Amino acid sequence: MNGLLQQDVNQETFVLNLGPQHPATHGVLRVKLVMDGEYIVEAEPVLGYIHRMHEKMGENRTWAQFLPNCGRMDYLSALSYNHGYVAAVERAAGIEVPERAEYLRVITVELNRISSHLLWFGAFVLDLGGFTPLLYAFDDREQILDLLESVTGSRLTYCYFRFGGVYNDIDDSFITGTREFIKRLRKRLPMYDALVTKNIILIKRLKDIGPISRDMCRRYGATGPVARGSGINFDVRKHEPYSVYSEFDFDIPVYEEGDSMARYMVRMDEMEQSMRIIEQALDKLPEGEIQPKKAVKLIKPEKGDYYHAVEAARGSFGVRIVSDGSNSAYRLKLRSPTYSNLSLFGEASRGMLLPDALALMGSLDLVIPEIDR
Amino acid sequence: MLLRKIKEALNSLYEDVQEAPEVPEAAAVEPAPETETAPPAEEAKTEEGGPEQAEEAAAETPEEPAAPPGPKETDYRTKGYHLDVDLPPEKVVAAAEILNRENFFIEAVTGVDWIDDQQLEVVYDFNHFAELCRVVVRSRVDRSNPEIPTISHIYQGANWHERETHDFFGIKFTGHPNLEPLLLPEDADFHPLLKDFKA
Repeated sequence: MNGLLQQDVNQETFVLNLGPQHPATHGVLRVKLVMDGEYIVEAEPVLGYIHRMHEKMGENRTWAQFLPNCGRMDYLSALSYNHGYVAAVERAAGIEVPERAEYLRVITVELNRISSHLLWFGAFVLDLGGFTPLLYAFDDREQILDLLESVTGSRLTYCYFRFGGVYNDIDDSFITGTREFIKRLRKRLPMYDALVTKNIILIKRLKDIGPISRDMCRRYGATGPVARGSGINFDVRKHEPYSVYSEFDFDIPVYEEGDSMARYMVRMDEMEQSMRIIEQALDKLPEGEIQPKKAVKLIKPEKGDYYHAVEAARGSFGVRIVSDGSNSAYRLKLRSPTYSNLSLFGEASRGMLLPDALALMGSLDLVIPEIDR
Repeated sequence: MLLRKIKEALNSLYEDVQEAPEVPEAAAVEPAPETETAPPAEEAKTEEGGPEQAEEAAAETPEEPAAPPGPKETDYRTKGYHLDVDLPPEKVVAAAEILNRENFFIEAVTGVDWIDDQQLEVVYDFNHFAELCRVVVRSRVDRSNPEIPTISHIYQGANWHERETHDFFGIKFTGHPNLEPLLLPEDADFHPLLKDFKA
């Protein structure tokens, strides 16, 4: 801030308040902006409007009682959060998961990832002034919600995973429905490509806008599509293979440019990769149990601390458990990806035009309940 | 490879820490080679020599598994991280500098309230983009006066994590540019993750 202020010492700056009720912030996020005309001198995100202290809730209820909380942080990719939490507890308590259950987890998580990216796609283009793509994206997303509803019982705040497995098996109608959906989305993605990605207005709004360097990602701990849009080949599914991800053949889209367009392209490409994973998982789906034969009733992990990370739709979601050997967590730390991704906004938006900064913010794919927890 | 490299680099932080506890150990080890010819008898004598010495030995044994100070390799499969680095608060900045030099990225900073020990633990999680290597740096501070230097000038991402840890535990990160409440209300004077917090 100081550098720019000193340069323009004779010019007047003013404070502009963006949010907490503003459509471009996608929830209750407030950004305090010091403006020099249309240019941002300093941007400071103000958090906490939807802070619910999930970490304290983790301490005062049993391991299993915390499960529904997982769907209420990142409500757009709730299953990744389910996965991160159960995997951490399974690691701590040494619970084995049947293979079929792991496959079901991967299939549903990847479907959830596509639905999350679709919603981001629609909302992001809406931020930039294009209304129609949102309606198309929601049409596709609705198909996924129907599919996931038939297995998990809910459409948004899923609580599908259990320690040692999942709560419900899939049936044939889910499998045929998923295959049909993949066929459908494969037809729709080229249309999005032609209508939106190649649209000159979109390109002008995103190309070279909001550059984020590799080093900035590292210093702020940015992960997920933000890091992959800056040329960092980092995806927890490949980097630190968990569940059964090592059994599938899929690519990690990486773009070197580091601008908003690169982050856009990463997510668009990721949908195809998720479909590849789902197809392989459906082909190879093993028969068998979806929960351990001996039901997991009492969970008392040994004293110590444990960490488990998964690749959520927005980046690396980590769960740090400190156990004192009782049936609830002594400390439960939830490392949410957008928290770190948003923390670089202040530095990245310095000197930008306000409308460009909103494009940058949209390309970070923020989910506020996950930041505030 | 990376694990060994970072372990060696972080080990340098323990050089002056080692001196204090290692002097008596070295003294105890040294006579052994001298009396190589008949060590069992002598050792037995010294152990039986007095109840005080026996007590000392008993007190030392539980410490022994964690005895040599330095970064400890952990079982990744069961723990989820590779290296456990326990440091005094004043060494945390140096550790962050070393990790920064090796291009580690910061995952999170958080705290744990060990109320029975009257201590607060600050936990830093690091990971590497190129090679899987999770490093946990931890440091304990006095619960009545929890202070630890900031690393936000090295890892800018720590800025928010430290503010959050200050919100939840009241840990003061000295040198932090803006230790205002982040997730809690701006006038919050409570720290909800302390074990003695009452709503």
